[in-house]
Amino acid sequence: MIVGLDVGGTHADVVLLGNAGVMNEVKVPTDPDDLFQTVLSALDQITADIDPHRIERMVMSTTLTTNAIIQRKLPAVGMIVAGGPGINPELYRTNEHYACIGGSIDHRGREVKPIEAAEVAAVREKFKAAGIRNVGVVTKFSTRNPAQELAIARHLEGAFDKIFLGHRISGNLSFPRRIVTTHLNAAVYPIHRQFFKAVQKTLLQKGWEVPIRILKADGGNTSFEASIDYPAQTIFSGPAASVMGSIAFGPENGEALVMDIGGTTTDMAVLINQVPLLDPLGVELGGHKTLIRALKTHSIGIGGDSAVRFEDGRLQVGPHRDGPALAHGGPTPTPTDALVIMGKTHRGDRDRAVQGFGTLAAAMGVSVESAAAEVFEHTCRLILAEADDMIARINRQPVYTVHEMQAGDKVAPTTILVLGGPAPLFAEKLESLSSCKVGVVPRWAVANAIGAALARTTCEVVLYADTEQQVAFAPEEDFQQTVERSFERQDARRMALDLLEGKAIERGANAEHLEMEITEDLEFNMVRGFATTGKNVRIRAQVKPGLIHDYDPVAGRLM
Amino acid sequence: MLKAKHKTGLVFFPAFDWAIDPTHPEREERLLYTQDQVVEEGLLDIEGLVEFKPELVTTADVERVHFCLPDPQAVMTESHFISAGGAATIGRAVMEGAVNKGFALVRPPGHHAMRVVHGARGFCNVNIEAIMIELLRQAYNVDRVAIVDTDCHHGDGTQDIYWHDPDTLFISIHQDGRTLYPGSGFPNELGGPNAIGTTLNIPLPPHTSEEGFLYAIEHAVLPILEDFKPQLIINSAGQDNHFSDPITNMNFTAHGYAELTRMLNADIAVLEGGYAIEGALPYVNLGIILAMAGMDYSHVQEPSYDPDRLRQSASVTTTIAKICQLVRAYWDQRGAIAREVRAKPGCHERSRQIFYDTDGIHETQDETLALCEDCGGALRIDSRSDRGRRLLAVHIPRKACPRCESKAREWFEQADTKQFNLVALQDRTTDTYTVRSG
Ligand SMILES: [Zn+2]
Ligand SMILES: [Zn+2]
Repeated sequence: MIVGLDVGGTHADVVLLGNAGVMNEVKVPTDPDDLFQTVLSALDQITADIDPHRIERMVMSTTLTTNAIIQRKLPAVGMIVAGGPGINPELYRTNEHYACIGGSIDHRGREVKPIEAAEVAAVREKFKAAGIRNVGVVTKFSTRNPAQELAIARHLEGAFDKIFLGHRISGNLSFPRRIVTTHLNAAVYPIHRQFFKAVQKTLLQKGWEVPIRILKADGGNTSFEASIDYPAQTIFSGPAASVMGSIAFGPENGEALVMDIGGTTTDMAVLINQVPLLDPLGVELGGHKTLIRALKTHSIGIGGDSAVRFEDGRLQVGPHRDGPALAHGGPTPTPTDALVIMGKTHRGDRDRAVQGFGTLAAAMGVSVESAAAEVFEHTCRLILAEADDMIARINRQPVYTVHEMQAGDKVAPTTILVLGGPAPLFAEKLESLSSCKVGVVPRWAVANAIGAALARTTCEVVLYADTEQQVAFAPEEDFQQTVERSFERQDARRMALDLLEGKAIERGANAEHLEMEITEDLEFNMVRGFATTGKNVRIRAQVKPGLIHDYDPVAGRLM
Repeated sequence: MLKAKHKTGLVFFPAFDWAIDPTHPEREERLLYTQDQVVEEGLLDIEGLVEFKPELVTTADVERVHFCLPDPQAVMTESHFISAGGAATIGRAVMEGAVNKGFALVRPPGHHAMRVVHGARGFCNVNIEAIMIELLRQAYNVDRVAIVDTDCHHGDGTQDIYWHDPDTLFISIHQDGRTLYPGSGFPNELGGPNAIGTTLNIPLPPHTSEEGFLYAIEHAVLPILEDFKPQLIINSAGQDNHFSDPITNMNFTAHGYAELTRMLNADIAVLEGGYAIEGALPYVNLGIILAMAGMDYSHVQEPSYDPDRLRQSASVTTTIAKICQLVRAYWDQRGAIAREVRAKPGCHERSRQIFYDTDGIHETQDETLALCEDCGGALRIDSRSDRGRRLLAVHIPRKACPRCESKAREWFEQADTKQFNLVALQDRTTDTYTVRSG
């Protein structure tokens, strides 16, 4: 059996999955000031009558790190950054203790200007004096050559609890995003570590020796142990949980749009042949642009509890939420009240909703019933328009080869999958307003927790080889090898897949059912003068996001 | 968060799977390190820097500018449709106000492609700037356009296309044609008799440094632009003036390119040449993008930069001052020069040999122009290649007067199709391209 837990802003959803499907599901309110208690209470309830030895694992998605970042409650860390020529790295300052030092590496990983030991030592002493315990180190092009990050780390050794190196956090280019991501890792590290150590300890005290997995923003999970060094991967896992809970119901050959309709927001994502679409760059959270691998999601400020107003002759839905719906004791008309008035749901106080809709209907010059119908239809139209925008943006993404231009693959979903609290109430209307088939994800209210429970262990390897310099290098893996001049793309692919397999198993994947794929595969002849002097190879390999193998049939039984 | 002062559009199309041939300077690898630099610097995350996906131009867009033998598909690859399309995308974004300015970082380049196209010259098949400009004129009613070509090679293709157009000011700054391909671009090349002075050439001596380039911009280009009052300024932004370029002999720098970009303040830049793919292009392009966006580029410096080695000699400085003075004089006296040229008998005719170095084709052209005070003049080109192809090309300019229009139609209709593989009429007044074949 597997426990899936998704702690959201208002509720924590938890499910218990066995071979027969969902054996139990529980919803508990989230206490934002005590997530630890929320998690424990959810776990206690779901496992009340269960022999703990029958639980194989627990997969958790929490808002812990996300909230810390959004609410800017991050502990002080130190950042050391070396930029070299280009945009002034001071402009990327992430926090108070942020030092720009000399040193530079070019785009092929060649050292242009060395690191000065004395300069690093001076920063080290300043950070120590300020009581800094965790430090991030980032140099430009460290994913082409990590030598300067490693050199800086050597000069810091012993002076701090933990040092985070940019090249270990992502193999992708983007110096500013690497700075942001490294800073977030260093900053959420103590929060994440302390929280999950406490959860683990409490479970052990209860005699539960269950492996804990943590859901990541890319819709895959990772072992708790592996998450310690890369805690930022676990931010923004909420939307991923819902998407993973939907993928079994998307078309096997075709594209689907997933809409998680909540109280305050609606989150959207895209499935292609039951595989979620990833963001090519990384998560953007609270104004931070990161290199954290994530599903491509789009969140809009329209949900069941969005405040509805009529201004300048136009209906406005969201983006704010003033509280619950009128029918549930709230202050402002909402789409949920429209549904209550229309008789689509009998939960809540209809009289209160009708009364509260009076002013709105008067302003619109129609009856309360018509106003409700209009509000609901307008809300559905807004959601669909945002969905169209998201698809258009995906299709506008630039490509860099003639081949891709010619292929011109466009995303065109034919199915919409809705989940979240009011999902079934929206489905019919959405279908009547769009050209897509609209389906409600089974167990729509806890599909997010199911998604967390069934997500695979995922990871990615980026490999870069430069045969003129006779080096192959996978930055995140701390892997560097001398290669022959005859080394080529095929060798690089094999090397990347080997590294990926090892990494996936270490992070908890099932070795017998690893679905790996190459997602970037580029080879360039390097020509100097009129002779080929080497090859420049860039390979990216990943474990495809998806559901775990042994529970595939379980998803089938959820229908 | 970083913010661009001017909202700037970028089309980046490095054509990672296209080359003239594997070891040719115009090969897959050319923009690889530029892309690495652009991505590593995080340029596309800057607020106000917007990346667009290039569109594809159509054959109709190409035939608004060129006469291709036997047709556009035969002389273009998919990559040319995309690179011209990239320029067009930027042009539209600027015209529609989506961005204030834009840079098409695309390949293959185009400024050596002339009006008649039998094949590739100087790595170019079709003229991507001209295709963009004529598309913008058609779609947005743009009239006066200035093109400043800062590639190290003379932009002889663009010069040829706009030779007779008084509404397009073409200024090329390049390494002296006596020392570099294509061997043209001297100050006395001033445009055809109906458009004297709207073609200007500023040849610079080898080893010109930042100082010399910026002097020419300040003392020749900017005052002339000021006089001409274009609605759009296009920069053919070749990067082969860089001190490390393998096929030229200049001493320009990444910082200099950024400075030039700031001073010129073009609406649209289109990448042309530039073959120092590791030591120059990543830094030059970074500098140009930051300068267009109105951002700080003072930290942009190539690793091999050495100001002492790049200092300009006094004789180079003197030569440049003289050339700029000469070009200014030509511009100021263009009316008088035009009267003088037009008084010469036979001034409406010219015969030329054109060599397509990339494809090894020799072309012979006999050109006849209708002398006209009111428009660019009807144009008739009889073109023969050593591949045995013969074309009669007739061009009606955009703002043709009735006389020139009927003259051109007469040429077209009365041509003996037996003598030509192709007789074509490019009518810019109706935006049509009509063919009679033999
Ligand atoms: Zn050139
Ligand atoms: Zn005329």
